[in-house]
Amino acid sequence: MRFKWLIPAIYILFLLLPIYWLVNMSLKTNDEILSVFSLWPHNLTLDNYRVIFTDASWYSGYINSMIYVTINVIISVSFALPAAYAFSRYSFVGDKHLFFWLLTNRMAPPAVFALPFFQLYSSIGLFDTHIAVAIAHCLFNLPLAVWILEGFMSGVPKEIDETAFIDGYSWPRFFVRIFIPNIASGIGVTAFFCFMFSWVELLLARTLTAVNAKPISAIMTRTVSASGLDWGVLAAAGVLTILPGTLVIWFVRNHIAKGFALGRV
Amino acid sequence: MIAKQQNQKAWFMVLPVFLLVAFSAVIPLMTVVNYSVQDTFGNNQFFWAGVDWFRNLVHSERFHSAFLRQLLFSGIILAIEIPLGILIALSMPRRGWGVPVCLITMALPLLIPWNVVGTIWQIFGRVDIGLLGYSLTALGIDYNYTQDPLAAWFTVVIMDIWHWTSLVVLLCYAGLCSIPDAYYQAARIDGASRLAIFRYIQLPKMQRVLLIAFLLRFMDSFMIYTEPFVITGGGPGNSTTFLSIDLVKLAVGQFDLGPAAAMSLIYFLVILLLCYVFYTVMSNIGMESTNHGGS
Repeated sequence: MRFKWLIPAIYILFLLLPIYWLVNMSLKTNDEILSVFSLWPHNLTLDNYRVIFTDASWYSGYINSMIYVTINVIISVSFALPAAYAFSRYSFVGDKHLFFWLLTNRMAPPAVFALPFFQLYSSIGLFDTHIAVAIAHCLFNLPLAVWILEGFMSGVPKEIDETAFIDGYSWPRFFVRIFIPNIASGIGVTAFFCFMFSWVELLLARTLTAVNAKPISAIMTRTVSASGLDWGVLAAAGVLTILPGTLVIWFVRNHIAKGFALGRV
Repeated sequence: MIAKQQNQKAWFMVLPVFLLVAFSAVIPLMTVVNYSVQDTFGNNQFFWAGVDWFRNLVHSERFHSAFLRQLLFSGIILAIEIPLGILIALSMPRRGWGVPVCLITMALPLLIPWNVVGTIWQIFGRVDIGLLGYSLTALGIDYNYTQDPLAAWFTVVIMDIWHWTSLVVLLCYAGLCSIPDAYYQAARIDGASRLAIFRYIQLPKMQRVLLIAFLLRFMDSFMIYTEPFVITGGGPGNSTTFLSIDLVKLAVGQFDLGPAAAMSLIYFLVILLLCYVFYTVMSNIGMESTNHGGS
């Protein structure tokens, strides 16, 4: 068992190799990418990144993605908080069925919804807006948020609620002043997962946008098909989409597994 | 479990979520149902077609093969990812500087947009500019994922392993961390072997999270779209055309709304069935754990 550390080490190497290759390519010129096979960039260049930060059609994609992801996280968490509280504390007519129905939407294949979504949002005039993508992503993020929050809330003893009500707290005041601080880490994890699934989703975001709200990942697919050969810029754009995720992981590193288990480890 | 308080007013707390999800789920689903029983010759004129589309689909060669490919893919990646995830979680460090390093690097692939995952592997596997493709060719292995179906499958499977094994690892790790040290001490006193510790202490404690991991992986792999679409586009030929890819081809590419809608519904019903199994299993574990005093 002395070499036990080798297994995770090899696995991490396997995880990092493709990412390293992307970073490596983003720092090369196109000529170098296509002419010589090199394990590290010989003529280090930041030109590819410069293209992205100066061309509005590129960097607007990042801004669009950020906007709809932020709207989505705010909607998901604020709507899911009271609902999750209801599920964890009360029983009411149809609660189990409702919970199951919410789960089915988390598991629904986006491909099924792509075309009807396009028609629905076009007919109500929301096509190509940030809010349309944010609401569409609620389809899977809201159920997820309710599930994770319900798991965390069920871990909080009921006595806390009862004591607060005896002390004369009204429900809204109790919820904001006492309950929310108690599940702060749960809310953080939920926000992280909503961010994550909204950030990585492409199919719906691409279907619902044309110009004004086009996400960065959709802009990348366009570049692959049209100019096709600008590998350096493509790699740089890919590297930049990895960065936000890496930053937010740091904040939830201790709770991430609990979140994946829907708050039920 | 302590009986929950009966309170019908709780519906008001759930209502906003219900309305928002219903807006995004029920209206589009009804549109799909609508299309699935009608035929059109353009000009927005629709004709009643009854269950024709469903009948055609159930007998169609194309649907059968896409469905079989989908099952095969889910089966392969589950058979690799679950044991591999357990193995890695077992050998991960429990304390010290290694823990955050492992957790953060392993979570990294989960946070990359799915089409970028596809792009990364598309580049990585290329024979001319990718490390994997170049090395394999240099070793004398005939590898070209754009022409050889086997190589395409290999690329898609290894991509999925790269992308999602970490999920299994993180879940198992969380389960392992919830085992009190006293269990291991007791096992040491009894002189239990490494295998016995795994079989009688670690595996039972991981059972819950393993089930979650298994079902999540199964369902998510069952609707995989973006990554294989970016890497192979479903080819060469139809060899990596999974259900979602076939569906989008049918609906957006050929604009065959009726058959596409019928396929959507069958697809959705399969998922619904899986969900039911998932939900039942999850609630049963929930009951068990509260009977044993919670975990």
